Amino acid sequence: MTESKRTPLYETHCRLGARMVDFAGFAMPVQYSSILEEHAAVREHAGLFDVSHMGQIYLLGSAALGTAEHLLSCPVASLPEGGVRYGFLCNETGGVVDDVTIYRLAGETLFLCVNAANIEKDYHWMLAHAERGVRVEDRSPRLGLLALQGPASQRILEGASGLSLGGLKRFRFLEGSLGGTPLLISRTGYTGSDGFEIYVDSESTLRLWESLLAAGAPLGLKPCGLGARDTLRLEAALPLYGHELDDTTSPLEARLDRFVKLAQGGFIGAEAIARRKAAGHPRLLVGFTLKERGIARAGHVLAHKGQAVGVVTSGAPSPSLGISIGLGYVPPSLASVGTDLFVKIRERQVAARVVETPFVKAAGARRS
Amino acid sequence: MADYDIPDDRRYSAEDEWARIEEDRVSVGVTDYAQQQLGDIVFVELPAVGTTVEKGEPFGVIESVKAVSDLYAPVSGQVVEVNTDLVEHPEHVNEDCYGDGWMLTIEVEDSTEYDALLEASAYRRHIAERKG
Repeated sequence: MTESKRTPLYETHCRLGARMVDFAGFAMPVQYSSILEEHAAVREHAGLFDVSHMGQIYLLGSAALGTAEHLLSCPVASLPEGGVRYGFLCNETGGVVDDVTIYRLAGETLFLCVNAANIEKDYHWMLAHAERGVRVEDRSPRLGLLALQGPASQRILEGASGLSLGGLKRFRFLEGSLGGTPLLISRTGYTGSDGFEIYVDSESTLRLWESLLAAGAPLGLKPCGLGARDTLRLEAALPLYGHELDDTTSPLEARLDRFVKLAQGGFIGAEAIARRKAAGHPRLLVGFTLKERGIARAGHVLAHKGQAVGVVTSGAPSPSLGISIGLGYVPPSLASVGTDLFVKIRERQVAARVVETPFVKAAGARRS
Repeated sequence: MADYDIPDDRRYSAEDEWARIEEDRVSVGVTDYAQQQLGDIVFVELPAVGTTVEKGEPFGVIESVKAVSDLYAPVSGQVVEVNTDLVEHPEHVNEDCYGDGWMLTIEVEDSTEYDALLEASAYRRHIAERKG
């Protein structure tokens, strides 16, 4: 094992008593006090996450926009300056190299926010497919990223920065500053609640963290770890790379059609995705709830009428709903809402039902 | 760093269960160290009354939001009581692991297995060594 990498806030997390785990090669806080308390803080007030492990890869130069349009499943040329979109880097077989958000800065400059586990893979993928005259730059080591999530986020960030953020819509960002430190403030997140993701230089990440915690403490803001991040994203039915998505899974199998410009085409993997769709997907992603006690976990078998029919990709108790929820792949014939399934949990067959997602609809929710 | 409540009135296994003997009955639960390490307990699966358990073998499962862990019997014998309140209230393990969070009572043939368990001072050293 090589030593885990550290974010600029490593010592701060340890001082706060966080339980640290290795996640994608980074030493990250899984929880500070309690996953349930942290989860509730985000749904009711606000939570602050260090997500500096995530990567930022820039596309620079006059052909950056064309390269991004070719690399990404979502439309890029139509993205205005100050706009963010969610989409996929796909491979030639229609599988997902990574799920990312793409930011359009001034002129032709763009950057992708990518999963920590995929930074190197994405960088090399982008480099290999960049047009002549495009510079691909991994700026991840120089950038910190904090996610401020929950209904009180806007008040907290306004209080800390002096900015007025009421006009900043979902999937828009602006560049501001806090005490002279430049910030990129994006109204996005991975929790299903309203909130912001704030990019900042590594050296200033601690200052931003402390300013936000100070401004937010009277409003119920708590530092939150990856444990709550996972239960929050699962309630919102947001996919997690390596669980719902991977190099072999088409985004359409994960039912993320609205982030794929299938009619327009022209991106890597477009033909394969269309071909796989025409041939009929062997499996589709569904959300399910358990009708009995128990907790579905990734890897558990999904069964129907005594036959194994699929596998759970993510599962957890939903702190907001008080029942167990999960995502998993099943054949299309069993993917309709209301279908009865069983989850094999150790020796038990636990009854489950396919339900609509997201499981929880919080104000200002979800990617669009 | 975190402190752990390790009362002197009972014994401990290296797998972080506590055991407390009264005549030929041993009540069993998980330690404060275990519940703090696990975090929020959301599910506990225990055997039925009448089941025979074997020292060092899994008798049940405890689940936190993130993780699933086996529970290991600190002594062998027959299960004569199970804390069924934990079905509805698994959080009792976090709130009161030595009281309301108890898990089961085992009737033992003889007490030699119990006597071989760690005393509180030895268990405290065991925790300290693992933390290093």
